[in-house]
Amino acid sequence: MSLSRRSLLKGLATAGAGIAGLPAAGQAKELKRRPDDAVGLLYDATKCIGCKACMTACREANGLTAAERDGKWYDPQSLSGNAKNVISFYRGPKGEESFMKMQCMHCVDPACVSVCMLGALKKGDKGIVTYDADACVGCRYCQVACPFNVPAFEWGKATPKIVKCELCRDRLAQGKIPACAEVCPRHAVIFGSYTELLEEAHRRLATEPKRYVPKVYGEKDGGGTQVLYLTAAGIPFEKLGLPALGEKSVPSLPETIQHTIYKGFLAPVVLYGALGAVIFRNRRKSAAGGEEGDA
Amino acid sequence: MSHATAPVGGRILTKPMLVLLGLFGLAAALLLWRFIQGLGAVTAMSDRYPWGLWIAYDVVTGTALACGGYALAILIYILNKGRFHPLIRSAILTSALGYTLGGFSVIVDLGRFWNVWKVPTLFWKWNFSSILLEVALCIMAYMFVLWIELAPAFLEGAKAAGNPKLRRLAEKTLGPLEKAMPFIVALGLLLPTMHQSSLGSLMMLAGQKVHPLWQTPLLPLLFLISCICMGYGVVVLESALSSTYFGLPRETPLLRRLGRVVAPLLGLYLVLRLGDLAIHGKLGLIFTSGFFSVLFLAEMALFVTPIVMFYTEAKPKLGQLFRGAMMIVLAGALYRFSTFLVAFRPSKGWVYFPSVGETLITVGLIAGEIAAYIFVVKKFPILQSRPRRATVRRLGADVIDRLPIPSTAPASGD
Ligand code: SF4
Ligand code: SF4
Ligand code: SF4
Repeated sequence: MSLSRRSLLKGLATAGAGIAGLPAAGQAKELKRRPDDAVGLLYDATKCIGCKACMTACREANGLTAAERDGKWYDPQSLSGNAKNVISFYRGPKGEESFMKMQCMHCVDPACVSVCMLGALKKGDKGIVTYDADACVGCRYCQVACPFNVPAFEWGKATPKIVKCELCRDRLAQGKIPACAEVCPRHAVIFGSYTELLEEAHRRLATEPKRYVPKVYGEKDGGGTQVLYLTAAGIPFEKLGLPALGEKSVPSLPETIQHTIYKGFLAPVVLYGALGAVIFRNRRKSAAGGEEGDA
Repeated sequence: MSHATAPVGGRILTKPMLVLLGLFGLAAALLLWRFIQGLGAVTAMSDRYPWGLWIAYDVVTGTALACGGYALAILIYILNKGRFHPLIRSAILTSALGYTLGGFSVIVDLGRFWNVWKVPTLFWKWNFSSILLEVALCIMAYMFVLWIELAPAFLEGAKAAGNPKLRRLAEKTLGPLEKAMPFIVALGLLLPTMHQSSLGSLMMLAGQKVHPLWQTPLLPLLFLISCICMGYGVVVLESALSSTYFGLPRETPLLRRLGRVVAPLLGLYLVLRLGDLAIHGKLGLIFTSGFFSVLFLAEMALFVTPIVMFYTEAKPKLGQLFRGAMMIVLAGALYRFSTFLVAFRPSKGWVYFPSVGETLITVGLIAGEIAAYIFVVKKFPILQSRPRRATVRRLGADVIDRLPIPSTAPASGD
């Protein structure tokens, strides 16, 4: 094996390994930040009485119908093609109880946006994560990737869409506030600018520290979200379906790796060139009656 | 490239062929239902398990099984081991069919399939963070590359055919095609390197939903190495099966050498997989994860056994090679099913098991793939021919008539 062939093969292996995702000297992607005009919701589980007025209001605002079975109407138990907002009930081993509201979290660095091929899901105005069915192929990767299992799919339709809360952006455009926040009789869910909501949450923690788990979920979790949560002391967030994600967003690591490899599409081009060169060499050699490589 | 290939010949509409076509027809009927009634009507997928059998098998496992062409091309064109050349054409055929099946399944699986044309064309909308976009574009391109790589076989077939117009066209195209082949072959090496590794990266985005024994930044590398192993495995299986069923000469010595090539690769996979767990302090999980421990150990056993087999046996027989290759293929397949389905546990209380309809569609599509393979090798110069073959041809045609199809073979009952 000649020296040049050896070095050629070595170069090839390096480029190949690069493409295959050996994270090169990994400078982690910087944490994304909320836009300055970010808006969101704050849900305080200790104030919620489980009346589900917000579920009805959300359905009406979004033109959805409740699930029907045998002529009876049921409130869905989890987010689905006809529910962008769900109130559920939790009872722990010691009898501790809490309600829980679930809708899109409007992540700061959303996994659903990172995976969507043509940008059907986008981080739009005021940081709201929006959906555009025209650019959606229905691959459902957003469902696989969302750490909160938020996007739902219309399984029973021939022309299905992804269904998820868009923070009532149509209502916002008309100068109204999100339907769920508007109807809540206890102000358990409130709408506002992210900065105000965060201040309010910390104010509540400071004035009534015994009442709450001492943390605002969403401030940093999973890279941060624009929907914030407070829950009653003794009821961990995980029990209510808010996973412990750490402070990095889900896409930060894979995107770092992917971007390192495919930066400027250099590695693939280099690899292609190298592959072509080796193939030509080998071809010339065998045409000249040269020997095969040693086995 | 003077390794002589020739059509196998023989009747096309044999009994097994009819069974295959029947299964395919059933799948087609179910597909119609899926397009009228929506995905929920035929599949067991749900909002927590949005990807099911079609993605895990048809796309992720199926295209890895179709890596024979890629894996052999690395040997032949990069490492210059020309002796493996006799195996390449049929490997490329299996690859082309496998990828086509994968591509077709994607369309079936996409909820809004009518928008799929936008993926390769509306480039100003491309989201470069999306690993799926890279996978999709690469797979589309590679499907073309494979059929182009296969084109000489069809053109030679056309040359041999009676029609003079067709013959002239074939003669005109063959030359330039041969000249362009190195560029195409290089693409045929680049594209699978990219998308087979990225198929693994896909699940990195599922984060904690994938069990920590499977979730790792090495997913792309592990997927790449294991798809090459599976590629060699499939080449062995395919060569052994077609030499038996079509009565062609056996390629045992060549397959033995393949065994030698694949064993170190399997070893590399194991070192990376276990090393990664060790570095992240996750080795303990191997024994403390209940069901997932069993699953993990089963995978490991499937990867280790072929290595042992290929190293302890100096001159394995065709049957042994076959068993070893089978295990490699199963190992890679189980690894893919685990990562995409079994070890994917998005939330408590949700399970997924493929529905009958979903399964029948997959089975029917595979049946169609096998039928297409048989048709092509009978009509076009894909498989090796040797002087001896001519005399065996009739016999071979008889054997194929009695080809045992797993689901219908009476032999399995008695
Ligand atoms: S909660 Fe899920 S759907 Fe909503 S923005 Fe975050 S990743 Fe996207
Ligand atoms: S299903 Fe639609 S919205 Fe979700 S990732 Fe796929 S293309 Fe994007
Ligand atoms: S913001 Fe609008 S869409 Fe979202 S949960 Fe509230 S009412 Fe429903």
